[in-house]
This record gives sequence, structure tokens and C-alpha cells, in this order.
Amino acid sequence: MSATVVNDPVGGVARGVPRPDLRQDMQGEMPAQERVDIAMRHFVRDFGAVAATYMESCVHCGMCAEACHFYVQTGDPKYTPIWKIEPFKQAYKREAGPFALFMRALGLKRKVTIEELQEWQELIYDSCTMCGRCTLICPMGIDIAALVSLARHGMHKAGLVPHELWAAAERGEREGSPLGATPKVLKERIEWIADEDDVDIHLDKEHADVLVTMSSIEIQKYPQAMAAVAKVLNHLGMSWTIRSDGYEATNFGLLSGNADWQRDMSMKMIKAAIACKAKLLLLPECGHAYTAMRWQGANVYGQPLPFKVRHISEFLGEHITDGSLRLKKGLNKTVTFHDPCQVARRGGVFEAPRVVLAALGAEVHEMKDNRSMNWCCGGGGGVISIHRADAIRYKAFEIKMRQVEDTGAEMLVTSCSNCRLSFDDSQAHFHWDKTAHSLLEAVADNLDDTPPARSVAPAAIVNPYREAPAP
Amino acid sequence: MDLLTLARGPILQWALVIFVVGTVWRLAGILLLRRKPDYTEPRSTHTWRGAANLIVKRTVPKREFAAQTAFGNTIGYVFHIGLAVVVFGFVPHILFIKSLTGLSWPGLPSGIVYVVGALTVAALVAALVRRISNPVMRLISNADDYFSWAVTIAPVITGLMAAAHWGGPYPTILAIHVLSVCLLLAWLPFGKLMHAFLVFIARGTTGALFARKGAST
Ligand code: HEM
Ligand code: HEM
Ligand code: SF4
Ligand code: SF4
Repeated sequence: MSATVVNDPVGGVARGVPRPDLRQDMQGEMPAQERVDIAMRHFVRDFGAVAATYMESCVHCGMCAEACHFYVQTGDPKYTPIWKIEPFKQAYKREAGPFALFMRALGLKRKVTIEELQEWQELIYDSCTMCGRCTLICPMGIDIAALVSLARHGMHKAGLVPHELWAAAERGEREGSPLGATPKVLKERIEWIADEDDVDIHLDKEHADVLVTMSSIEIQKYPQAMAAVAKVLNHLGMSWTIRSDGYEATNFGLLSGNADWQRDMSMKMIKAAIACKAKLLLLPECGHAYTAMRWQGANVYGQPLPFKVRHISEFLGEHITDGSLRLKKGLNKTVTFHDPCQVARRGGVFEAPRVVLAALGAEVHEMKDNRSMNWCCGGGGGVISIHRADAIRYKAFEIKMRQVEDTGAEMLVTSCSNCRLSFDDSQAHFHWDKTAHSLLEAVADNLDDTPPARSVAPAAIVNPYREAPAP
Repeated sequence: MDLLTLARGPILQWALVIFVVGTVWRLAGILLLRRKPDYTEPRSTHTWRGAANLIVKRTVPKREFAAQTAFGNTIGYVFHIGLAVVVFGFVPHILFIKSLTGLSWPGLPSGIVYVVGALTVAALVAALVRRISNPVMRLISNADDYFSWAVTIAPVITGLMAAAHWGGPYPTILAIHVLSVCLLLAWLPFGKLMHAFLVFIARGTTGALFARKGAST
């Protein structure tokens, strides 16, 4: 495979998907060979026993293709999940595996070239949302999504990230938000929405039990979310705050593959939570924010966090279950719920949003594939930010659209603002009549402020923190 | 020493040595790597149960994936079970294992073993045809996949030839059969056939990590 065929490396023309523009992005100046070496060094650098196990275990059965929306919708074999990390697999076997010495000495594995890495940029970024659906089909149990995440570390170091994603991450590192929601903007937006919605939003309190964090997407596009979380926490009578020194939870360091930026972004929130002596760091409706803080935050910090970390949907479910959050059954229509991949399949939160919807009086019509088997909206993992990926993202979205339509539900709800952004964008593209609504906002619109009746605790609902994995 | 004695003696011994050393080396090379401590608050501490669970559970594909994977899985099931039946059910094999280890168990009628052997060959051929004709599999396949296939089918074919007294003098064919088994043993640790061990480690790893998060497998 040479540089001249980068656009169509396997000769497969994707069904109905226009080819992406011939465009590969590079950051920084360095000789080609150095890029390759750096990519591989950093890829191999964070190699532990887990990643090595996965790298060694593939039997090339090809089943993972059938789980991936990008392959299913295009039929193009290059979108086979395990193929997306092929150069890194080669490099691992050549440089780091148990037989690396033989591989090199006998020339069994070629050195990866810069052309290959450039070609794979599209596979590692544009056509993988790290949704983890492929992980559930692999007969070997390989977590392919985790390997893509590692491959992105190498690509970032080598300066081979799609430009928009890189720029968003770099801006996040520099300004504190990938979308320009700087502390100053945050303050202005909060003042405005607090006034608009007539709600108290606590900013920069010195001490608080709950540190509320936001997604820049909410601050800039769905500011209603800020009012909604305030209404809920005020309703619960909690001591809480948003802090301008640690509010941004979407972690573009994680998405772009820059581990240092990921750490910086997480540490801001961790420090803010410690500074205000929070007992709980509440994450916004955002999927990768959950992965970054709930499942990686403590490891970035290097020790257990002195506070709990919860996604807003878990938090709502918990407080409905214990009777402290009382809702009006104001959503009495049929609703279908889109499970955000990082919160549900990869995060372990399945039942809490359903508890919330039931409490709102909604009749839930599940999609054919729900909970751990849900199909991704197509825009996660930073894909929504990459213009070049629009065509394939819309193609992938068609599955979601079909599944939502098939439920016949009147309303579509989710608990991830990045999913909402992706739904909004695709809705406009397809002139679709369904809008993805926020679970949190539905709750905030239906708070029951009448004094509690005597027996409030619904006995039958299980604790959503301890729920068994979905079948 | 004639070929058969050579094959049954030193060559088989060497093959076993390579098999054991190679397997230990490869497993150690993976398992002795760093495992980062995980400081996140676990949703569940039943990680061992999660590991065991996935090791068993992933043997059958999830309902949602059953249709798309039915063909490949059926082929896979036929030749894996076929191999096990032939290796552990054929009376001469049991005698051989007994001579090595002292263990023995009742065998199957030879007729059944021959039928199963033929089915195994058919399934392995189907697997190869699929690998070459399915665009996804063709793209992701490499030399290891084809070599490992050949090394797997060789003992089955030569075994059937020996049993049928076909293709040459019996001792020669039997010697070739034993040599093909030696090749399989010696190659197993180095290529994808190592999945016979790694499948438990990989599934167990994911099962444990996901159980910790309460995520679904
Ligand atoms: C110990 C238990 C084993 C398990 C659980 C296991 C499982 C699997 C699975 C899940 C696949 C991929 C799916 C498929 O193509 O059907 C596979 C492929 C394969 N296995 Fe095994 N395996 C085991 C042992 C073995 C052994 C001992 C051999 C050979 C001596 C073997 C030979 C093969 C071959 C050749 C393939 C690839 C077939 C192809 O080309 O598609 N397996 N195995
Ligand atoms: C249908 C398939 C097969 C048939 C009909 C077959 C048949 C035979 C026969 C007739 C012998 C000679 C026993 C003797 O006289 O000592 C033998 C030996 C042997 N076979 Fe197979 N075989 C088959 C498949 C396999 C496979 C798949 C393996 C291993 C992967 C295998 C491993 C062995 C071994 C280790 C011996 C012992 C050689 C010795 O006696 O020293 N065979 N087989
Ligand atoms: S993680 Fe999701 S998008 Fe990425 S390869 Fe797997 S199924 Fe496809
Ligand atoms: S499903 Fe698993 S074993 Fe099969 S090709 Fe994909 S990663 Fe490899």
C-alpha cells in the first residue's frame, strides 16, 4: 500500500458513502521516520499485560465487523474493528511482543511506514467512536475499543490527529474548554440562564458537598442543562457549586489521544473538588466524561479520589429510589431511551435512566437493541468534530434512526449532550422529525414541590449503583 | 533408526520441548508485563466471577449476533469438537496417551472416529474457503492464519490416510502422521494457535475488568 492509494487502501468502495476528501492532517514539523518512531514508542510505552493479552489473542475470525455500525452500514472491510489498529498490532509484534527478537531478526513483520499511519488516521479517528460494541462480539473477548484508545496515544504524539479534533483538544488545554466556554464565558452564560430561568446557580462557592461539572456542549448549545441541574439540586436542598477552576468535564485529551492533556483536564476538576471539600463530583450528561473521570480519574490522580464520582443519570436514579427526589408524572407519553455507549455499555449504568423515566410517568418502548447492545449515535469519541467524517457518520446514524422509528415511541430521550449534538446534526441532515431530549431537563421540568406524603420510599426498586449487568 | 522410530522418539520429544518452552515463554512475556493498579471505586468486587462468567458465556454468541455469525461459528464448532473427539476418542491415540501418562479411558468405535475426522476436514476446508472468499477475512488474514490452518488440518488428513492404509506403506504414512503432529505441537506456541490458551486469558481479563465497572459483557 503506497501513499497514492491512501484514499482507498483495500480497493473496496463503500456502499453509498462518498469518499472522504483526500486529506490527512499533520501537526508539527518532523521527519517522516521520526513520526513513525514516536507513534510506536508511545503506543508501546503504555503497554501493560492487558493490552498485550488483547494484541496476542486475535484469531482473525472477522466477527467484530458485524458489530460495528461503520462496517455494517458500508460493507467496506477496512472498517473491521481489529483492522483499525493493524499497524499498531504489527509494531507491537515487531517491537514489544514475546517474539519481537525473532520477528525483527527474521524480518517477519515489516516496519510500519508513515504512509500507513497516515492512511490509518481515518480508521483510528473518523470511523471509530470507541463505542465498544465490537468488544461484545469478539469470541476471544478482546476489548478492541481500548486498543483504539491506545493507538490514539501514539497518533497524537506523532502529530497525526484529524485537525478539528486536535484543534478542539488543544483549545481545551489552552483555554479550559474545547468550544470556547472559558471561565469568563461560563460566568456570563450562568448569569444569563439563571436570570432567564429564575433559578439560583451557585458559582465558585468555597465549600460545597457537590461539585457540579458541565460539558462545554451544554454551556454553549444546551444552557438549559445548567438551569436544570441547579433546579434539581436546589429541590434536593443540597449544598453544591459549579467552580470556574474546574467545570469542564468533556475530556478532549482522552478523545484526541493526548494523555498529558487528559491528565490536565481531569486534574482541574479533581483539584476543584478537593478545594471545596466536595463529597461528590457530579458529571454532566456526557459519555466520555464518564469514562474519563469515573473510570480513569482516580488513576490519573494516582490514588483513590477523596470523593465519589457519579453521572447525573445515576444520581437522579439514586435519589428517586431513596425517595428524596419527587417527580410529577408529567411525561405521560411513550418514550424510547438512547443509551450513551460510555455510560451504559462501557460504564455500567443501565437501569437508573429507566427508573427516572418510570418516575416521570413515561411508558418506555425499548429499541430492539438496547442497554449494552445499543447502537452508537455515530458521533462519539470525537467523531462528530471531524468534518471529513460527516458522510460516514450519517450513514451509521441510519441504524439509530431505524431503531428509534421501530419503537413507535412519541419521544426520544438520552443522557449525553454529545449524543444530542450528534442527533441534532443528523436530524437536520435527514430532515427527521425526532429530537433527542435530555433526561435531566425532563426531570427539572417535572419536580414535585408539594410537601412529601408520609410513605415515600418505593420499596421495589433496586439500588441503581448495585444493579446487576443487563442480561 | 527408521523414520517412524525417529518420529516417535527424538523428534516427538523435541517437539514437546519446543511446545512447553514456547508456551511458557509466550505466556510469561504477556503475563509478567506491568499491571497498573486501578484506584477507581469499583461498582462490583466480584471480578473473578466476572472473569469466569465471560470465559463460559462467550462460548455462545449473544442472541443479537447469532444470525450474522452463525455460519462461521458452526464451522468453528464442528472442527474444534471434531479435533477433540479424534484426538481423545480414538483408541490408538488413547493407548499412546496411556503410554506417556498412564491415563486412559474408553475409546469410541473407529468407524465413528473416521466419520468425525472426515467432517473435521470438511469443516476446516470450509473455514479456509470462507477465509479466502469473505472480503473481511481475506483483508485481515496473514501468513500465520494460513500456516496455522495447514498445520491443523495436516494430522487429520495424514491420520485418515494411515487408517485407510492409503498413500504408501503404513509405517511411512504413520511416520508422516506423527511428524505432522510434531509440527503442530512445535508451531502452536508461536502463532495464532496459541489462542487455545489465550482465549481464557483474554476473556477472563475483559470479564474481570468489565465486572468491576458493572459494564455488560
Ligand atoms: C482450548 C480451546 C479452544 C478454544 C476455546 C478455541 C476457540 C476458537 C475460536 C473462538 C476460534 C475463532 C472462531 C472460528 O473461526 O471458529 C478459533 C479458531 C481456530 N481454532 Fe480454536 N480454540 C481452541 C483450541 C484449538 C486448538 C487446540 C486448535 C488446533 C490444534 C485450534 C485451531 C483453530 C483454528 C485453525 C482456527 C481458525 C479457523 C479459521 O481459519 O477460521 N483451536 N478457535
Ligand atoms: C481422523 C483423524 C485421525 C486418525 C484416523 C488417526 C489415526 C492414527 C493412527 C492409526 C495412529 C497409529 C497408532 C499406532 O499404531 O500407534 C495414530 C497415532 C497418533 N496420532 Fe492420530 N489420527 C488422526 C488424527 C490425529 C490428530 C488430529 C492428532 C493430533 C493433533 C493425532 C495424534 C496422534 C498421535 C500423537 C499418535 C501417536 C503416534 C504414536 O503411536 O507414537 N492424530 N493416529
Ligand atoms: S469501538 Fe465501536 S466504532 Fe470502534 S470499531 Fe468497535 S464497534 Fe466500531
Ligand atoms: S472478533 Fe476478535 S478475534 Fe475475531 S477478528 Fe475481531 S478482534 Fe480478532
